[in-house]
Amino acid sequence: MIRIPLRPLARILDARAQGVNPDRIERENLRLRREQLRDQSRRMSEWRILFLAVLFFAGYAAIGARMALLAATPMAEVEPYAGEGISGDRADVLDRNGRILATNLVTHSLYAELRYMIDGRRAARELARIFPDLDEERLAARLTDPNRRFDWIRARLSPEQAQAAHDIGEPGLMLGPRDMRLYPNGTLAAHVLGGSQYGAQGVTAAEITGVAGIELAQNARLADPDLAAVPLTLTLDLGVQAIVEEVLEGGITMLRANGGSVIVMDAITGEVVAMASAPTFDPNNRPPPPRNSLEQAESPIFNRAAQGLYELGSVMKAFAVAQALDLGLVSPDTMVDIRGPLRFGRFAITDFHNMGASRSVADIFIESSNIGTARLAQRIGAERQRAFLGSLGFLEAIPFDLPEGRSARPQFDPRWSELAMMTISYGHGLSMTPLHLAAGYAALVNGGTRVHPTLIRRAEVPRGERVISEETSRIMRSLMRSVVTQGTASMGEVAGYLIGGKTGTADKPNPYGGYYEDRTIATFAGAFPMNDPRYVFVVTMDEPQIEAAGEQRRTAGWTVVPVAAEIVRRIAPVLGLRPQDTAAIDATLRLR
Amino acid sequence: MRAVLYVLAAFGVMGLAIWAYDQNQQTQESMRDLRRLRAEIRSLTETLGVQRAEWAYLNRPQRLRELGELNFTRLGLLPLEGVRFGQIDEIPYPALLAAEVRP
Repeated sequence: MIRIPLRPLARILDARAQGVNPDRIERENLRLRREQLRDQSRRMSEWRILFLAVLFFAGYAAIGARMALLAATPMAEVEPYAGEGISGDRADVLDRNGRILATNLVTHSLYAELRYMIDGRRAARELARIFPDLDEERLAARLTDPNRRFDWIRARLSPEQAQAAHDIGEPGLMLGPRDMRLYPNGTLAAHVLGGSQYGAQGVTAAEITGVAGIELAQNARLADPDLAAVPLTLTLDLGVQAIVEEVLEGGITMLRANGGSVIVMDAITGEVVAMASAPTFDPNNRPPPPRNSLEQAESPIFNRAAQGLYELGSVMKAFAVAQALDLGLVSPDTMVDIRGPLRFGRFAITDFHNMGASRSVADIFIESSNIGTARLAQRIGAERQRAFLGSLGFLEAIPFDLPEGRSARPQFDPRWSELAMMTISYGHGLSMTPLHLAAGYAALVNGGTRVHPTLIRRAEVPRGERVISEETSRIMRSLMRSVVTQGTASMGEVAGYLIGGKTGTADKPNPYGGYYEDRTIATFAGAFPMNDPRYVFVVTMDEPQIEAAGEQRRTAGWTVVPVAAEIVRRIAPVLGLRPQDTAAIDATLRLR
Repeated sequence: MRAVLYVLAAFGVMGLAIWAYDQNQQTQESMRDLRRLRAEIRSLTETLGVQRAEWAYLNRPQRLRELGELNFTRLGLLPLEGVRFGQIDEIPYPALLAAEVRP
């Protein structure tokens, strides 16, 4: 900064010459300098004030905005649960009528905090008295180990055990709350529910995770803390499930079968009302998983209904007949040559009993002719057959609500040779689950629209895409009804409930190649009431046999059909179906 | 005039301070209340859960079936079957009402 001198010599000399007091010049200059300084300091003060004003404004604006935000946000749960980030909360699972299938129960866990432990030896002795399976010596060693600070003793205690452990009076023994998953109905719907186990464990809570079934498939939903109070509703009906399991178990005992499965499904929506697989297990105490694939098929945790892949036999004829009718290749009265055996290379297709030279399509279905069905398949052709079975979902795993079902991919010859085409038409060469079959039968009888099986109750289920025409579906209903009134399933008649369906008896494949002569999988698939099908059922049994009319019988008509009839007789009233006048409706169902 | 204003402002500040303190105390009281209520709700929910589980366990179909069979002589309960459906006219109508309708 250039300073202007207060007494510039030139002006002083001038002033002296003119006789003016030179001090005035000095004062004048001093005044100017002061003004300049004053202006400068004022500018700085102004800036300072502005800066402070902005600062204060910003501060108050921030506080105000935060307050406004707090006032505007809805009140949230500030402390959802006083755990260590581990929550044992898990939503209940209910059946379609709101009855509990799985719920949580608060019990206690027992652990030791060794810094409070006074007499570890005595504690171990007393604990061994409460829990006989605890090894006292090893426990005592653990409880007196100076390097330990903490030790789990039991994850789950009954109230009596908790009281007894408390009564020991040892301050180092602590009881923590512990949620326990409870399946109050025991073995009922075990394969649907699956089971659960403890995940991450803390002192005040333990996470429960699903290990199988719906508990695993819906694990994220069930464990979601925000939805813990909202139960998950399944499509199962507990009453129907109980009847189905009771009858299935009775049937298996009577028929000395290895196992069996039952599916009852809504024919239009695909809601599974009951799903049973025997042998079964208790999800409260789930058995260990099988060690190999041979053991798997016999294991109680194996879900035969949704997981088991079987060649289901003659029940598959319904699809060949339906497709031939739907394509307009034949009518129910068209005569088909059924002279046998039908030879194809080294392979010969034969019928269970000789039925003459030619029979109508209706008879082929009702009396279950392998040769006739293979002839129909020849008219359809491999391409179209594959496309049709694909449109019913038979060639891929069902995207089902159970993880076991999602992995069950049907097995078939990928080349789909002509021989495969013929054998598949009567149920050999394509292994799929009974659930696939139930979905297929639902589509055949419900008016011809695809059904996607589900276990989760939804508000509304849209109607699936069309696979066969309404007219074909009507004919199929009539044919299936005839199977019961005059065909292989004559033992399936239940007064008032108009069962219709198709039987299938398939020889079991030998794991070492070929087929067993005397071991069969018997299946009865059908629907009721046949004039307006509401429910589809599939009953299968593994190696059933019965002594009847002086003979050892293994065919479905003698084994699973009476079981299925008993199931329908018992569940139809529970499902709210009123018996109808069978004779009058049969007259309207008749084709000719 | 100005002095009055200052006094009023001072009183105002004091009043607001008292109000703010009071609000603070009330909030803390509410939070304590909330915690207590939460704990109570939690324990009640647990109790309710136990009751519901017990109810479901006691009403499990297998037990009801066994009880029905055990007490058959007294209750005479049979599985529901189609033949048990009746017509509305099979229900005996109160005779009294029929007599009243007739003039």
